[in-house]
Amino acid sequence: MMPGTAGQLRNGNKSSGAWIASKLGYSVLYIVLSVVAILQIFPLVWLLFFSLKNNQEVFNLPPLSLPMNPRWENYEKVWSAGNIDVYFFNSVWITVVATVLTIVLGSLVTYAITRLKWKGSSFVLGLFMVAMMIPVHSTLIPLFSIFNKIHLIDHPLSLILSYVAFNMPITIMILLGFYYALPREVEEAAVIDGCSVNKIFFRIVLPMTGSVIATTGIINMIYNWNEFIFVNTFISSDAYKTLTVGVQNFIGQYTTDWGAIGATLMISILPILIAFLFLSDRIVEGIAAGSVKG
Amino acid sequence: MDKVMSNKRIIALYVLPSLLLILAIVYIPIVLTGYYGLNQWNGIGAMKFIGLDNYQALIKDKMFWNSAGHSLMLAVFSTLSLILYLVIAMVLSAKLKGVNFFRKIYLIPMLLSSVAIAQLWLKIYHPTNGILNSFLESIGFANPPAWLAESSLVLFALFIPILWQYAGFYILIYYAALKNIPASLEEAAKIDGANAFQIAYKIKLPLAMEVIKVTIVLAVVGSLKYFDLIYVMTDGGPNGSSEVMASYMYHQAFRAYDFGYGSAIGFFLLIICLIVTWIIRKLTATKDTIQYS
Repeated sequence: MMPGTAGQLRNGNKSSGAWIASKLGYSVLYIVLSVVAILQIFPLVWLLFFSLKNNQEVFNLPPLSLPMNPRWENYEKVWSAGNIDVYFFNSVWITVVATVLTIVLGSLVTYAITRLKWKGSSFVLGLFMVAMMIPVHSTLIPLFSIFNKIHLIDHPLSLILSYVAFNMPITIMILLGFYYALPREVEEAAVIDGCSVNKIFFRIVLPMTGSVIATTGIINMIYNWNEFIFVNTFISSDAYKTLTVGVQNFIGQYTTDWGAIGATLMISILPILIAFLFLSDRIVEGIAAGSVKG
Repeated sequence: MDKVMSNKRIIALYVLPSLLLILAIVYIPIVLTGYYGLNQWNGIGAMKFIGLDNYQALIKDKMFWNSAGHSLMLAVFSTLSLILYLVIAMVLSAKLKGVNFFRKIYLIPMLLSSVAIAQLWLKIYHPTNGILNSFLESIGFANPPAWLAESSLVLFALFIPILWQYAGFYILIYYAALKNIPASLEEAAKIDGANAFQIAYKIKLPLAMEVIKVTIVLAVVGSLKYFDLIYVMTDGGPNGSSEVMASYMYHQAFRAYDFGYGSAIGFFLLIICLIVTWIIRKLTATKDTIQYS
């Protein structure tokens, strides 16, 4: 007899009291999970609602009352008046460039570490892994003075270089497990056919890593989109600020208009929420892969 | 095969760009932080070598020890909150319908920037118009406190959004670890008459231990360098009662223009993070790893 069926038989012999108890147990579990879910989501629903109200409605109506006449003009107002459009496009292009660079460079290094034969490979891998323990803040003052010397302060390149360097370790870590698992037979056959390393990497290996590239890409985008301290320290002109810092400054100037503040915050989080809606499995997988192996 | 795969030029081409970048942006600055810490420097003028003076001043600096104490409290709080996250993950790992839905909902706050979260919680805590005090007044509290303006409450008030922000992240990690435990173990224990609590405590917990250790390191080190949310919500105030190590470093360097002193704090922060990581790994090292396949 299979062990599983033995268990089922024993359960089957239990009284209906046990059945009710287990039903009750499950209800309690669902209640716990739902309460946590409501706590996690409630502040955001409130944010959405007050982004569509004016001050009078925010303060006088119950907090969760639906906005009677949704005031989309809040969004229109901040989009141009608060420079949010400039910050938004800066966030987009800086995030994309840094993410693409990180993935390309990270893939090359990971390939060299897992497949190519050279002496220092484990040492170099160690350098990348130890970098994960180093607090960003401990590098901030020297980075500021270095960028200052080479005239990259108030220049988007200072952000891109920093993002690529600091996201490289986690990217390599996620890629590493995937590369180790890739079958070597195809590459071996390609070498016998006289293929060059470049051809093997770009034509064979890279196309095989599409799924893990998507995962690391999402993780990189979330980090880059939300990054704050580098932008706050390195960038001073409005033309180069990204959303996180731009939002912060904008709100600092208009502390009393809650509708406008809500709309600004919603604009800054919407792209990530929309990406999450479509790619949640990838995001969940990426965060799990990136952290558990650490 | 080996000859093709050990082409030096190709290897250099693949490795050097990333290696140089991480040396330039991470490792060289770390060395420089240590060096700047030995100097008196306002960031613009000439540097003046003063040896260990900054570090001596740091040891006597009450404000610094205050901020270090706050960072430590945050680390303790974050570690304790891991218990809550683990319990929730245990509940999720029971075979329920709709688990994926809950897991995804929990994750949403961690996708948002600390600035957005901080601004949102500033509004929640707003003394007169915030949703928290409106609620407290509606259930009969006549004068709810201004949470972020009172020295005795501010740290506690900051812990809540931090708990909220990271819940999904840790729950996800724990859930993934618990899912990796083969169902056959749980079934075998059930046949032997173990109840749900015994299964959780005697089987799931020990098997998830490796991952729990990793999360303790993440939570402690993450707390020691915590910055964004506190910087936006209170900027260390009122009167330094929510200042943490990273914000103190930032204020010394970029507000007081004392780059030497700021660097000393930055170097201290680095050393603390590395030591703490090492200690936790030593303390929680298991001699024999558990195999369950």
